[in-house]
Amino acid sequence: MDPRFDVELVSVTKRFGDTVAVDGISLRIPRASYCCLLGPSGCGKTTTLRMIAGHEAVSDGDILIGGQNVSNLPPVLRGTAMMFQSYALFPHLNCLDNVAFSLKMRGVKKMERHERAREFLKLVHMSDYSMRLPAQLSGGQQQRVALARALITHPKVLLLDEPLSALDPFLRIKVREELKRLQRELEITFIHVTHSQDEAMAMADVMVVMEDGLIRQAGAPREVFERPVNPFIARFIGGHNVLPGPGGPIAIRADRCRLGIAGNGPHISGRVTVVEYQGTMVRVAVTTDPGDEVSALVPDELFHRQPVEPGDAATLVWSEQDVHHMAQA
Amino acid sequence: MMIGGQSFRPISDRRPWTFYALGGLFAAYMLFLYGPMFVIYLLSFQGENGGVTFPMVGTSTVWFQDILKRGQMANIPISFGRSISLAALVSCITVVFAVAAGLGFRRKFPGSGFVFYIAVASLVMPGLLIGFGIGLGFQFLGLNTSLFTSALGAQLTWTLPFGLFAMFAVINRFNRAWEEAAADLGASAWQRLRHVTLPILLPGILGVAMGALTLSYDEYARTTLTIGPLNTLPLELYALISSATSPTLFAIGTLTTTASFLIITTTLILVFRMQRRRSLANMKVG
Repeated sequence: MDPRFDVELVSVTKRFGDTVAVDGISLRIPRASYCCLLGPSGCGKTTTLRMIAGHEAVSDGDILIGGQNVSNLPPVLRGTAMMFQSYALFPHLNCLDNVAFSLKMRGVKKMERHERAREFLKLVHMSDYSMRLPAQLSGGQQQRVALARALITHPKVLLLDEPLSALDPFLRIKVREELKRLQRELEITFIHVTHSQDEAMAMADVMVVMEDGLIRQAGAPREVFERPVNPFIARFIGGHNVLPGPGGPIAIRADRCRLGIAGNGPHISGRVTVVEYQGTMVRVAVTTDPGDEVSALVPDELFHRQPVEPGDAATLVWSEQDVHHMAQA
Repeated sequence: MMIGGQSFRPISDRRPWTFYALGGLFAAYMLFLYGPMFVIYLLSFQGENGGVTFPMVGTSTVWFQDILKRGQMANIPISFGRSISLAALVSCITVVFAVAAGLGFRRKFPGSGFVFYIAVASLVMPGLLIGFGIGLGFQFLGLNTSLFTSALGAQLTWTLPFGLFAMFAVINRFNRAWEEAAADLGASAWQRLRHVTLPILLPGILGVAMGALTLSYDEYARTTLTIGPLNTLPLELYALISSATSPTLFAIGTLTTTASFLIITTTLILVFRMQRRRSLANMKVG
């Protein structure tokens, strides 16, 4: 049997006492894909990840990994490996023994497990640090060791809980390239929990946006960005202006808006509140006369030809084809 | 300097007078704490013809030799042996129960608050009364009080709650993700305890063991009515103090202090070495 999906969630629910953390979500993650679970804090994304890992029992529904129902299996029998947010490296063991831990638990002899652990430290470019203790490593180095420790179990699915949140912004971009490269080379599914839409858009094949324990939209990042299903998604993804339209809310991408003069096309007028220089673009935030907050991302050249300042009157214009109609929230 | 009715001290490198006042208070406290002990250590080297007070009449180690001589002091080494074996046993039992209970209390369970309060309530009960109660209980049941039954139990009423408190502080800094990571990597419950939880908690566990050891070693109030006919060192010393006075008592004090000091220093060095190796960098919980 060759299942088409590495991970399937079938109406998975998680209740903690009276609160519902995850509310009957269903999701199919195709083979060897990079999936990002995205959402604001408290949306249930981490709980979902922990249920897939087996660190949290499902209250209702089923989790399938590689076509097999694993809902009641302990973590080790699921074919998953988890990389924890704080990495959770064992502080009393050096890198080599951290990576070799799972082999030791299975009774693999010292020589053999150290040899295999060295291979995996090499994979993450940490060979020179095998004798160091976690406390003697930087955050980025700890993360590599944690990655090696997870991968040595040959998981079908690697689960990453906010893997980049402890890193500085420069390192974050480097590491996300590396994670993506590893995922492609290993040809396994990565499920990556994040609250950063930049991260999800840059990395994901499948982007799953969650809110209040529900999946609001799942799809390729481009699809989610170009066709957000509701105002929440449009706002959360960013770069959109959400306005009331005749048949429900509409979204217009900020980079498709220009500062101009009200003509026959769609437009909205108000006052400039903020001008933010962003290098290649300038973001002009405008409070409209009805009180909506909107903004235009204007290419710097265009902006500097006709600059505006906070307090100036301004009109945002866009073309009809850039209007995206959404369902009510 | 007065500004708006408030006075401000001009910025300077000089310390305010309160620094010296409080410093003096601290010095007096230290003198009060350690002064008498140093007097005892000094007087334990009193000359052969000297007495229990100053002046020193030369110096000698005759009072130390006296401890091992037959006669009045014959019970000292034996009671020291009893004290140490009791303290070791108390320490082991305290560690086992404090670690188990500490790990158990990480999770709230019905009545966990109640169980916790009755467990630590005996810390505030007068020790003498507890000892008295246990002694009476044994008599009532027709049992003889003795070192490893009634005295052991009486001391545990003191060291167990203490150990539990100390364990809470230790376990508070324990990141549960370590255990989850171990489970993720295929460790069974026993393997998690053996290879992850206990090694990580070890410095704290050693601390609890040492604490229980010293609490038991010099326990008097709970032990005196539950010990039966064979005394521990503190009881023996107390008896000696009321019957005889010679610098031998001081010599005993010096020796036992040295022993405790060595035990505690060794443990502290071990703990510090372990902690430095790991530092707290990894203790952050996300």
